[in-house]
Amino acid sequence: MASSTGKSFLGRFGVHIAVLIFVAIWTIPTLGILVSSLRDKNQLAVTGWWTALVTSSQNDDGRLGTAADQVEKDGKFLIMGNLLKAGDNRTISAFGIKSQAPTEFAAGAVADLGDGVTLQVNDDGFYVQSSPVAFEGDRGRRIYFASSMPPRFTTDNYQTVLFSEGIGRSFINSLTVTIPATIIPILIAAFAAYALAWMRFPGRALLIATIIGLLVVPLQMSLIPLLKLYNGVGLFFGVPAKTYLGIWLAHTGFGLPFAIYLLRSYIAGLPREIMESARIDGASDFEIFIKIVLPLSFPVLASFAIFQFLWVWNDLLVAMVFLGSGSDQLVLTGKLNALLGSRGGNWEILTTSAFVTILVPLAVFFSLQRYFVRGLLAGSVKGG
Amino acid sequence: MASVDFVNVKKSFGSHPVIKGVDVEIADGEFVILVGPSGCGKSTLLRMLAGLENISAGEIRIGDKVVNRLAPKERDIAMVFQNYALYPHMTVAENMAFSLKLKGASKAEIETRVKPAAEILGLTPLLDRYPRQLSGGQRQRVAMGRAIVRDPQVFLFDEPLSNLDAKLRVAMRAEIKELHQRLKTTTVYVTHDQIEAMTMADKIVVMHDGIVEQIGAPLELYDQPANLFVAGFIGSPAMNMIKGRLDPENASRFIALDGTVLPVGKPVEAAKGKDLIYGLRPESMRLDGSGIPITVVVIEPTGSETQMMAKLAGVDVACVFHERVAARPGDIINVAIDTRSTHLFDAESGRRL
Repeated sequence: MASSTGKSFLGRFGVHIAVLIFVAIWTIPTLGILVSSLRDKNQLAVTGWWTALVTSSQNDDGRLGTAADQVEKDGKFLIMGNLLKAGDNRTISAFGIKSQAPTEFAAGAVADLGDGVTLQVNDDGFYVQSSPVAFEGDRGRRIYFASSMPPRFTTDNYQTVLFSEGIGRSFINSLTVTIPATIIPILIAAFAAYALAWMRFPGRALLIATIIGLLVVPLQMSLIPLLKLYNGVGLFFGVPAKTYLGIWLAHTGFGLPFAIYLLRSYIAGLPREIMESARIDGASDFEIFIKIVLPLSFPVLASFAIFQFLWVWNDLLVAMVFLGSGSDQLVLTGKLNALLGSRGGNWEILTTSAFVTILVPLAVFFSLQRYFVRGLLAGSVKGG
Repeated sequence: MASVDFVNVKKSFGSHPVIKGVDVEIADGEFVILVGPSGCGKSTLLRMLAGLENISAGEIRIGDKVVNRLAPKERDIAMVFQNYALYPHMTVAENMAFSLKLKGASKAEIETRVKPAAEILGLTPLLDRYPRQLSGGQRQRVAMGRAIVRDPQVFLFDEPLSNLDAKLRVAMRAEIKELHQRLKTTTVYVTHDQIEAMTMADKIVVMHDGIVEQIGAPLELYDQPANLFVAGFIGSPAMNMIKGRLDPENASRFIALDGTVLPVGKPVEAAKGKDLIYGLRPESMRLDGSGIPITVVVIEPTGSETQMMAKLAGVDVACVFHERVAARPGDIINVAIDTRSTHLFDAESGRRL
């Protein structure tokens, strides 16, 4: 007994560890993207996202004003100014005049630079350089300083990508593609699945076999023939080549075999007696489908909706083939791809765009995931 | 309410016949039970009556109407299934109202029909619950409520009590019987449990292998089984069968294979010389010091009665005594046979003589 308890404890421990590892593998990069997307772009450029909550310090250098800026006051010549630009919220902790000793003097202290020349740099970047004789030369003195930056979080990146980088528009394009491309196949597949599971008609088995066969047709193979077919038919009806209708139909076609297969096996597993009972109660096939089968199939409809939604949302290939690349048609994946080329160095743009892209799949998954878990059938039949 | 008639009804799945010509007449308001071992076709027959299976040949009439080609909903029947078949996504009230809603009944009308039905079955406090929140007995009652609300011509029950535990089954048995007495709706009930059949039915139809073996009132089947199958199926413990022949000199003496002589109640002179089977109910033996000796094999006292397996004429026989028997396995006791309840069957045809 004791040994078996110990074993199961070890087993459970192992399971927990494994779950933790999987959760970490999945969560940490997502968290990284989220944190990065919310950071100040200057901080993002120099430190990793895991330091986001710590004040970061960095050594920098700057130039004082030139002789042209000097003013004479009380017999001394002064050059005053600020090392930091307006809006820069760094704090200077130390400064120096030699690159070998960039932090020789503490901020606020008056440094003696020899020949009576002194320099004082405050922590807010304000400096005063004074000299008993007039400054000469048209180049200011180079000084070095250590600055520290408090953590700063901002939604500026989101404003940038959504409104000026075109991610917002692409987001809407992606939704325009994805929502109908999820709903249309579900509607068709649910009807087909009910018929293939519960209605008797000649050729049913053959039809099911054909649909299962279609599951293994590679998308890449049928993509171009499908496009030519669509364009040909479109030409006949006077519909332009690259339209949302085309991509809806394409995604519907690619999704249907799997949808019918999944829904059929679920619907075929519903208790026969429930249908028969409804039939005796006076329901037609259509009423049985609408009032009994559809509500009972909600879990499988939801799980297929998640599959289809994610697949369409993340699709790049079909979108590139069936949609144009204008801003009114470019979907998020395409936009991300374009940004990667044009703004490859701008991490704040890329991480923010990436997070905007995964936001919707995350929301869809979390709002529908309970239907994976919950069986709606409990209580309908004995032992159910 | 209506009568139900099966006229030479046949059914085959592919080339395999499962119902081989069934004739049953069910009078208006009668409670008829189809009983038989599994695979005998009783459920198929019920489903044919419900319209869930096609009829290969013959005719089924409800009232005066031939229903062979009618859809289930046009037959005006209600069915209770073995596993209840409640709609899991609807409350009890919605389950009961479903058929009325399909017919387009008004809310008020639905209310006036669901309420009393729920009242009859004691479901009123459960109307807002979902099937998954109910116990087995309650679910069964909801299934019955759904049937009552329809106020159909015929109630069909397909083994409705098989999923319940033994105690609940006895209670529901009484409830269904009471319900029938109250509503007086023609009822066709399928079961494989002969006790259910005996206790509830006005008329029992014993089926075996796709044919009707015997139709009759419960006690008629018990007292006068038409053949060996019915004799063995009705009654628990089952009737004992002993092979042998009649004494050529005296038709009221049955001689078993090992020579044991058993008394015959109604001698059949014509059966002399034929191979026969002697049927003996376990209950029709009583202790009698001057009777036939039997050897006790197993003894099972249940309190109210004593059940026993014993050797009589070289075969194992079951006996039930209504008194306490102080015997041990291996003992020999003497029993007398009640000649009013002995049965003789033709060994070849299985028919009662």
